[in-house]
Parts: sequence; structure tokens; C-alpha cells
Amino acid sequence: MKLQEFHAKRLLLAQSLPIPAYDVAETADEARRAAESYLAGGAERVVIKAQVLVGGRGKAGGVKLASTPDEAEQVATQILGMDIKGTTVSRVLIAPAADIAREYYLACVLDRSSRRIMLMGSAEGGVEIEDVAANNPAAIKKIHAHPHLGLLDYQARQMAFALSLGGPHVRDFVAIALGTYRTMIDNDADLVEINPLAVVREVAADGSTRESLQCLDAKITIDDSALARHPELELMRDLAEEDPVDVAAREQGISFIRLDGTIGCMVNGAGLAMTTMDLIKRAGGQPANFLDIGGGAKSERVAAAMSLILADAHVRAILVNIFGGIARGDEVAHGLVEARGQQERHVPMVVRIVGTNAEEAARILAESGDPDIQTAATLDDAVARVVAIASAAPVSA
Amino acid sequence: MSILVGNDTRLLVQGITGREGAFHAQQMQDYGTNIVAGMTPGKGGQTALTHAVPVFDTCQEAVTQSGANTSVIYVPAAGAPDAVFEALDAGIQTIFCITEHIPALDMLRVVAAVDQAGARLVGPNCPGATSVGRAKVGIIPGSIHKPGRVGVVSRSGTLTYEVVEALTEAGIGQSTCVGIGGDPINGSSFVDILTLFRDDPETEAVVLIGEIGGDAEERAAEWIAEHMTGVPMAAFIAGRTAPPGRRMGHAGAIISGNRGTAQSKVDALEGAGVRVAEAPSQIPELLRKAGVRAD
Repeated sequence: MKLQEFHAKRLLLAQSLPIPAYDVAETADEARRAAESYLAGGAERVVIKAQVLVGGRGKAGGVKLASTPDEAEQVATQILGMDIKGTTVSRVLIAPAADIAREYYLACVLDRSSRRIMLMGSAEGGVEIEDVAANNPAAIKKIHAHPHLGLLDYQARQMAFALSLGGPHVRDFVAIALGTYRTMIDNDADLVEINPLAVVREVAADGSTRESLQCLDAKITIDDSALARHPELELMRDLAEEDPVDVAAREQGISFIRLDGTIGCMVNGAGLAMTTMDLIKRAGGQPANFLDIGGGAKSERVAAAMSLILADAHVRAILVNIFGGIARGDEVAHGLVEARGQQERHVPMVVRIVGTNAEEAARILAESGDPDIQTAATLDDAVARVVAIASAAPVSA
Repeated sequence: MSILVGNDTRLLVQGITGREGAFHAQQMQDYGTNIVAGMTPGKGGQTALTHAVPVFDTCQEAVTQSGANTSVIYVPAAGAPDAVFEALDAGIQTIFCITEHIPALDMLRVVAAVDQAGARLVGPNCPGATSVGRAKVGIIPGSIHKPGRVGVVSRSGTLTYEVVEALTEAGIGQSTCVGIGGDPINGSSFVDILTLFRDDPETEAVVLIGEIGGDAEERAAEWIAEHMTGVPMAAFIAGRTAPPGRRMGHAGAIISGNRGTAQSKVDALEGAGVRVAEAPSQIPELLRKAGVRAD
């Protein structure tokens, strides 16, 4: 689960990381008042940032500066309600604009190859780390934390020196790196990214300037498997930014991803579900979704999966591909026949059920006498038939 | 011979009194697996599998009294890491964890402890392993196999069954079929299992079934090029059409940026001389081209 920037910053603040003051506003008026207070407090400008989970908000015009309360209100009016890659902006973050001297990248990630948490740092901050990795991989320093010892001070210092930080910044950097690691551990995150981590110039009341390290932007994703033990993080889930179909699928324990084709898929097992999509595409069809019905596959879940698929008006045909193991073919077949009775929209269906109780399943489907249900013995045959049906069928909504 | 499990396996089932544990213990026993003990804290003194198998409170007792040398875990995610630690502490060297949805940070500690104990963990979130005609540990349906000389290793469950069934129908038997699981952090990698297959005199060819996400297939390809030239191999990679940035069911199945794509895995495997199928049904034919005969 991805967190919004302001939620990520809240988790970092809980570990005492240095984060410039910020406010979150849902209206232009709230944004104006926040800007007024920062500008009155000595900030020359404020930055107003769309709070969305999709990437590329800067390029889409979702991050802007303002020098006066009027301008802040204007900018907030523009950004609130703006569409960024299909997401409507409903909140903005307002903060004093930082006077940035240098930018760095710092992150803790789950490193699959080493099976450790990896601290990644780069002196090329403020840009997409994927671009740095592609163009100048040597610019990224990686340090692994021991699973039992955690990230150690000397490792954080190694990173500081690798980024050419010096003087008082080293001590501050160590605290930030260790805090980033703790944020990962305490929240079961699989990514905690600070980009940019910046050396920021501040002018004191006496006119002198000083420099300090500040976390200006943050991205955190939480391990979905760990959410059950973090009810406080579950509350940060942004339902407004989720497809309602995704929400319904999650509640049913079904893995579902909407795609833009015409052939609905219901499969048990993630690998087989991906394969089913791949084969449909290879045969010239377009899958409308990825759907893994999960282990067990009781008849209620089959019915719920059918509703998810049929909620997509583009679906012209459905492929059901079940390899019975834990899942029993007869239960799936019963579920399909029942779901058929509950649905108003009748879309032709090709069903391939093999493995545990497959013969029973075939009998149940045959006895249902449903003219819209065809059965197939092999996956290749099932795919060929469903693609033929989908390309011939008119759109029925 | 075969790998991981076989006639010498003396199996302990952790979570044998639960719904999944009880069901699959029966299936494993029916297949011929030698189940010597069950274990569920608080249920010590009971029996399972129609009185044939004693149930213990702790792994230590189970191992001492039954001589178990292999364990399979059907414990819910919240207790599964602890179940692995307990099995390790009791001296078990081969552990299969079937449980899914274990938090990744828990798994980091688990795999570190497994390595420290010099033990082997397969999984989590895996279907287990079957040495055909000898023993099955996990949840792979027993009926799909045919004894033979092809080793199968996979990150998936039902997709493995699909491939195994295709092999069986084509008359190509299997030695051992292993599912290593779909999680980002797991105990055994493709390379670990390929190493066992290479050293198994009864395995003459190998099928590798991968999917998008991570770089386990790329690392396997590198290892194959160095250590397994001359062994007939075929592979299949799921997720050629998966959209980037979305988690495809398995926690580990995600394309991040330009990493973890199916194409990168296909290219790496083909570069190592592995024939890569575009559909599971093509695998028997690819094996035949590589010199594998029907059994």
C-alpha cells in the first residue's frame, strides 16, 4: 500500500526526522490561510503540492510555488480538482519553499537478492532514482543491514562519506539514516524513500545563514502482508484514490487488476492467472482483467468474482480457468451456475476445470443446461474459443 | 534418489490439527509420505490421521520421539515465522513453509536464522515438493504426476500443476517437482534447487517456471550458463502482458521501472541456452527437441 506524502512525512516525524513544517488543505481557502501564516513567519515563498499516489505530479503541473496569499489561493484552486493520470486531486500540501543548496537521495528498500534491508544513497538527488540507476549506476551507494543487528552507526557514516557529506552534516545524516531504517522496521514498510534529502540554507533573525539537512519529500509503501498488524496504517489507505472495483476485490480476498480488454478472466493461482492473460493476448484477444480467485475458491467467492468481472461493461466473453488442487472443481462449478442465476447480464463463458473433482464439475455445468456456458478440456482450446467468441460478439451492456 | 524429499523423509506436520494441516496430512499420507509426527501447541497427547500419528506440543518433543527429519508448516501467517524458528531449534534441516502472506520483514529474520543453522527452507507461499512415486510434502495434487527423469522448479502453484500435467500427458515423467514460492523473500532460490537437480543422478532434464518481478530467473540463467551446460532444459515465464507497477497476485510479482520484466528473463534464459516456451503446452515439445525422450 502506497502512502500519501503527508502520511509518509507523519511517520518520519514520529522518528524525529527533520522535516520542514507543512499543512494539508482540502480547499483553496485553507491553502491561503496556511500560506499566509508561512509568509508572515518569514518564508519568501511557499510550495503547493498535489497529494496523489501516482508518480509524475510535478510534470503534470501538480507542484507550484507562490509568493503571496492571493497567488497561493489561485494556485491551490488550479491544483485542487486537477486530473493527474486519472486521479482527481482532493488535497494539497503547503510548506515554506526551501532554499536548496544540494540535493541527495536516501532510501531503505527490501533487497530481494541479498534478502536484507538495503540503504541506498546518491549525491544525485531530486531526480528519479531509476534514471540515475540507468545512466550512472556508480553514483548509487548501497549498504546492507544485518537482519539481527540492524543498520549500524558506522554503516550510516560510510554512506555519509560516500555522499561527500562533511562537518556537522555527518552526524545529522547518521540520525536521518537510522531514523529511515527505524521507519521501515516499525511500520513494516518495503520502501522508505527520501528524495530529495537536501542541504537547506536558512537565514536566522540576525541575518546570518546556516545550512541543515532536511527531508523535503518522502515516499513510503507498506507491505500488504503486514497491514493486519498495523490498523493505524490501514486508516491511511486512500479509498478515494482507489478504483471501487479494487476495494470490493480486496474485501472478498480476490486479487483483481482491471485491464482494458474484452475478455474477463477468472483463474485460481497468480502464476496461472498471468499465464491465462498472456495466452489470450498471444491468440489475438485482449484480457479485461487479472483475477486470482485464491485458494479454496468457495461458491460465494466465485459469485463475487463474477460480479467484479461483469461490472466492466467492455467484457464480451469470460474465460474460467481452474486447476483444482486445494480448490475443488465441483464447488467452482456450483458457484458459476449460482452466479449465473444472480446476474442480469449474460455473457458467453468458456469454462475449463481440471484437477480435483473435474468430472463432477463437468456434470454440474452440463446439467445446468445454460446455453452460454461452453466447456473446454485444455487451456489452449479454452483460449482459442473465448478469443473467437469475443471477436464475434457485439458489445452488450 | 530425487531431491529434497523421498523414501528417507520422516515428516513432521506443524499445524496438523488445523483445517488445512489435517486435510493435506491425509493427502500426503495417501500418497505414501512417511508422516511420523504432528505438532500443535496445546494439542500434545492427541493423535492425527486416524490414530496413526502422535501429536506433540513442541517440535523438540516431536523430533526426539519420532525421529522426524523434515517439517512442513501449515500455520497461519502470524505464527509461521515462529514455527520455522522452532523447527530449526529442534534440529530439523529441511523445512517447507506453505503459509502465504507472511510479512517480508519477518522473512528477513527467518532466512537469516535458516542460513545460520545451515538448514534449508523452501517457501513460504509455496506448494511444496513431490518426489514422484515416493513422497509428497505440501499441497501439489498427487494425481498429476508420472515417474520419470525431469526435474521441475517453479515460483508458482497452479501453473506448476499445468506444466506437470502437460508433461505427464506427453508421456514425460518427473523426478521431483518443487515450488519455491511467489514471495519477494524466500528460503530457496532457483539456483539452490537447480544445484540439487544438477547433482541428482536421477534428474536428466529440468523445467524452470518463472514469472515477472525480481531477478531470480536472471541469476538462474547466469548459473545455468556456467554450471548446467549440456543438461536439457526448457522454461516458461508468466506475465509477458502484465502492466508495470502492479502486483500480480503474488507479493513478488511486480515489474518495477524497467526491472523484472518477462522479456529480460526470457532473454537471459535463452542467452544461457534454455528453450523458452510461449505456452505451457509447448514445454514437452521443447524438451523433446533438447533430447528428452518419453518414459
